Amino acid sequence: MTNQMISAQGLTKTFPAKGKVVEAVRSVDFSVDAGELVAFLGPNGAGKSTTLRMLTTLLPPTSGEAVVAGSDIRRDPAGVRRRIGYVGQGTSGGHTQRVRDELHAQGSFYGMGRRETRLRADELIESLELGQVAGRQVQSLSGGQKRRLDIALGLIHRPELLFLDEPSTGLDPHSRANLWEHIVELRRETGTTIFLTTHYLEEADQLAERVMVMDHGQLIADDTAWALKNSLAGDRVTLTFETATDAAAAAARIDGEASGSIVTVTAPGGDRALPRYIRSLGDAGLEVVAATHRQPTLDDVFLALTGRSLREEAAHAEPAEPELVASA
Amino acid sequence: MTTTTPTARPTGFVHDTAAVFVRESRPLVRDPFSVMFSLVQPLIFLGLFGPLLVGAAGGDVAGTLQWFVPGILVMVALFGTASTGANLLFEMQTGSHERTLVAPLSRSALLVGRALKEVVPLVIQGTIVVLVAVPFGFTLHVPGLIAGLAVLAVFGIGFGALSYTLALACRNRDWMFWMVHQTLLFPLMILSGMLLPLDDGPAWMQVAAAINPLSYLVGAERALLAGDFGAPAVVGGIIAAVVTCTIGIVVGVRAMKRAR
Repeated sequence: MTNQMISAQGLTKTFPAKGKVVEAVRSVDFSVDAGELVAFLGPNGAGKSTTLRMLTTLLPPTSGEAVVAGSDIRRDPAGVRRRIGYVGQGTSGGHTQRVRDELHAQGSFYGMGRRETRLRADELIESLELGQVAGRQVQSLSGGQKRRLDIALGLIHRPELLFLDEPSTGLDPHSRANLWEHIVELRRETGTTIFLTTHYLEEADQLAERVMVMDHGQLIADDTAWALKNSLAGDRVTLTFETATDAAAAAARIDGEASGSIVTVTAPGGDRALPRYIRSLGDAGLEVVAATHRQPTLDDVFLALTGRSLREEAAHAEPAEPELVASA
Repeated sequence: MTTTTPTARPTGFVHDTAAVFVRESRPLVRDPFSVMFSLVQPLIFLGLFGPLLVGAAGGDVAGTLQWFVPGILVMVALFGTASTGANLLFEMQTGSHERTLVAPLSRSALLVGRALKEVVPLVIQGTIVVLVAVPFGFTLHVPGLIAGLAVLAVFGIGFGALSYTLALACRNRDWMFWMVHQTLLFPLMILSGMLLPLDDGPAWMQVAAAINPLSYLVGAERALLAGDFGAPAVVGGIIAAVVTCTIGIVVGVRAMKRAR
């Protein structure tokens, strides 16, 4: 029995759009082991959701293959569907449905017995703090409550693997933190493998052990957040001098970049390098008047990889993802 | 760390259809008065158009009702089921339809379960319309009413399925759904002879009525509600209902299988 939860080879999706062919996902290869928590990071339109929709059998791949939770996405989509949980970008609960009713319906959709469904629904209502709203219509819930119901619906059949597509988008900071507590708790208690897409850098950084970065339909990096930051970005040390002349001299000594009276240098282990720089430059008569050290973020990683900032991309108007275009 | 034990089990078409049917019916059970919403229009026609019909035709109230009420029943079936696709359209936009697509449900069951649900409000509404007409002189034939509602139910399943098909085809374009809906509904209604007899209309209208399945349905309902099981119109109505149902389910299941 293999320990692999997802294995994808050459996964590709193209869409016809306005007479052209859009390559949403270009030959993506990767695997995820049981128990991992993987964050799939990238700007809007990078192909994250399309990849997710192929892995969850919502979209047939143009070419390539993938085995998800032990079943082939092409040959046995029903097997995949039985074993995975999926929380999409939208609201999973029907607006006029009541919370508990939806959980019961979901249990029957997964072939669970009536009693088993009731017990499981009660369990999820309690653990996801939905008790207060269990008898209410979905449309009357707050954003955070709706999202917790989405998670509960995705977990009704105790899936081995949970897909979350932009789980915290649109939530206020408090609800987002609360949602994450629930996800972390779920993982601690059950060891469920979690595969999520996000464009919140901090989220991927703090919570995922492994970060996969996607851009223009291709996987461009795949490692722990720590390794990505160290190998691709490095710490950033900024030193300020009295004069631009001093700064230029200092930049030459420590292989930095001078801009006016400020020198920036990228160095691994920048926190340890900082006192060394100040000492050695001071010995050479170049006095540092101010110094900062900043640890790299995943945005620096993305910048190093693509030359673009993910933060800026997120700030732009969101373009329609290709998967929203009607496709055959 | 404990390992999870998946509890999902393989299911069949009948189980899945029942599961979808139960989910779709729940809001109705929770809030039975919601069926009244689609009853407003037929009751207005009964109350405001009916008296005009009595005056214009110069007949007695009871006789006019006997002719008019079966048409109103068809109107209930037509209007109630024609807009049901809007619910699916909404669920496609919010995300709950996507959730059912990821669940291990048969695609056919997603359509058939929804279409079968149409029967429940239709039968309740039809019964209410008839009961409202009784005090005004409408003669109730219980076996005829049951048979009439059964034929309407078959039609309603098919027409509901067509409405879902339209929703699946329109995806996130609400306006297109409502445009097709409005464009088709009133001609279908008027050209069925549901409100006024078409006998005095121009020839082209009679041709249009002859290819409108609703005309046959209206004819069959008039015969059945009068207790006339042997009328030739009954056969025509049954055929129209079964054909609508078959086309609706076939087209609808195909659309659902292609749904993404």
